[in-house]
Amino acid sequence: MLLSLQPRGEASRAMLWFSPLLAALLTLLSGALLFALLGHPPLETLKVLLIDPLGDLYGVSELLVKALPILLCALGLAVVYNARIWNIGAEGQLLIGALAGSALAVNIIDWDSRWALVLTLLLGTLGGAAWAGLCAWLKTAFNANEILTSIMLNYIALNLLLFAVHGPLKDPEGFNFPESAMFGDATRLPELIEGLRVHGGFYFALLALVVVWVLLQKSFLGFQIKVLGLDKRAAGFVGFRDKKLVWIALLISGGLAGLAGVAEVAGPIGQLVPQVSPGYGYAAITVAFLGRLNPIGIVFASLLMALLYLGGENAQMAANLPQSITQLFQGMVLFFLLACDVLILYRPRLKLWARKPALVSAKEAPAT
Amino acid sequence: MDMDLLTNIFYAMIRTGTPLLLVALGELVCEKTGVLNLGQEGMMLFGAVIGFIVAFASGNLWLGVLFACLAGVLLSLLFAMVALGFNANQVATGLALTIFGVGLSSFVGASWVGKPLAGFEPIAIPLLSEIPVIGRMLFAQDLLVYLSFALFALVAWVLLKSRIGLIIQAVGENPNAASAMGLPVLRVRTLAVMFGGGMAGLAGGYMSLAYTPMWAENMTAGRGWIALALVVFASWRVSRVLLGAYLFGLASILHLVAQGLGLAIPGNLLAMLPYVATILVLVLLSRDAIRTRLYAPVSLGQPWQPGH
Repeated sequence: MLLSLQPRGEASRAMLWFSPLLAALLTLLSGALLFALLGHPPLETLKVLLIDPLGDLYGVSELLVKALPILLCALGLAVVYNARIWNIGAEGQLLIGALAGSALAVNIIDWDSRWALVLTLLLGTLGGAAWAGLCAWLKTAFNANEILTSIMLNYIALNLLLFAVHGPLKDPEGFNFPESAMFGDATRLPELIEGLRVHGGFYFALLALVVVWVLLQKSFLGFQIKVLGLDKRAAGFVGFRDKKLVWIALLISGGLAGLAGVAEVAGPIGQLVPQVSPGYGYAAITVAFLGRLNPIGIVFASLLMALLYLGGENAQMAANLPQSITQLFQGMVLFFLLACDVLILYRPRLKLWARKPALVSAKEAPAT
Repeated sequence: MDMDLLTNIFYAMIRTGTPLLLVALGELVCEKTGVLNLGQEGMMLFGAVIGFIVAFASGNLWLGVLFACLAGVLLSLLFAMVALGFNANQVATGLALTIFGVGLSSFVGASWVGKPLAGFEPIAIPLLSEIPVIGRMLFAQDLLVYLSFALFALVAWVLLKSRIGLIIQAVGENPNAASAMGLPVLRVRTLAVMFGGGMAGLAGGYMSLAYTPMWAENMTAGRGWIALALVVFASWRVSRVLLGAYLFGLASILHLVAQGLGLAIPGNLLAMLPYVATILVLVLLSRDAIRTRLYAPVSLGQPWQPGH
């Protein structure tokens, strides 16, 4: 039996939004299958992974804590990806944001003013923006591929962070652990609800959401960015300055990732540690695509991704599954999404035998 | 700098360059047919973990190597299905493959972290290995390094001298013309992607069975990505891939040099060097946009379907 694809002629709007749902469903099915193969009861394990973590208010708060950095990074990625600039460096920009903020915070531990927090967040945001600015500079001045430079900058950022916590920023009274001193109270993002870890970064995420939404959907700048992404030459013909747009898009993206990083150290963590991020910057790539580079879609996708992180921790404790189940599901959902996206431009036809030459024909996909 | 140190550095340079060489050769063939597969890092990691598990469980290192290759091929088929069969964006699909491969390998390898394995040992070739400096560098390595020399020669011969090389080039430079000539473009591309997967898997296997015989999450540390930069560095020419791989190998072991010279630079700063070197190389080589475009396969990264 052959699955053949016929071009629709124009993109199907329904499929544009149906495809992520289908991808999520296929991921669940494959996950259940995987659990069954490993000898875990499939439905029970999915419940442990996706439902149990949200059982109480604490769980919901933890979900938001994890969704915040992912959302901030992914909103930034939505801006650059709309311009078809493939910034893979949100992780590094997040780490530099955390590092830059911490470098200030550990030096003003006894400050009592609210400016301590403002300056720390600002410095973190600028740090992330500067790190992405490096990519912009390398791309606009030297034509260097931003995928590769941003990936390399991720590794450099991680090593810088490790250098800092083992060296200049290490807490002198920290029993030689690779950690900075705890930040002063004035530098910490306040908890929103007493006793829960969800923190003031929430407001920044809301703000970022509105700003990015307005930027992409309502502003001329957003229009220019999208045109640049759709057709670089057309953007040049109508006089859009593409180098400037590359700079702006990357600075916004890096700034948001930097904010995500500094909000982690000033929020739930409270100090600079080697594991600031369990790969939030990479997860944001999946989230940006899953949310269709649309701010509203990205909100849902980041909540889903945060749930996967939370569920991964839960599955480790409750079902003795490796925590990397999170990354596995993350990869699966992105893969299924790209495969399902074929439905946007093509109509699937199941044929029992081949009659006329099909445009694309592939034997039915082997289960992954 | 004394002779011993120099010998050690050159020896380590080849060892460190070998995984880069293997991945980059695979990616070179793949890109020559016009397919950009950014999934190298994911395929490498999956190869590394599968190779390690198979070798550990069976006690046979070569069986591990075989399965490492197969693991890479398996993942590359996923890429081929989505990017070639379903016409998806190659950049996004490659990224997805890396994210998936990283997750899959950590998941599969979770209970194998840190287990000890007696990996491939260096085998010195009599007489030849006694040549000063060069001898240890080229003739006292493990069997997988010798295999990488052979694979380099094979790929160079195929690309430069054989009919298959012409087919690969035709498909990459102008798929429409190649198709009109009756060449099966998608089949050639799929085979090239599979070859790339096998080489990445082999490189991963080299990491977990010879270079540091063990499994650790993300043990390839970006080598798959560096290899992608290496192909750009090489201007898509096979001899330069060899040169580049060993130069990057050298950049990764500069901490040995620093120690030898008695410099006290923190390890984390030295660990940045290969990544910084990669960026520098990209900058130097991409500056001239026209030159890059001259050497890159014309259809690189562009989806293609028969009849378009």
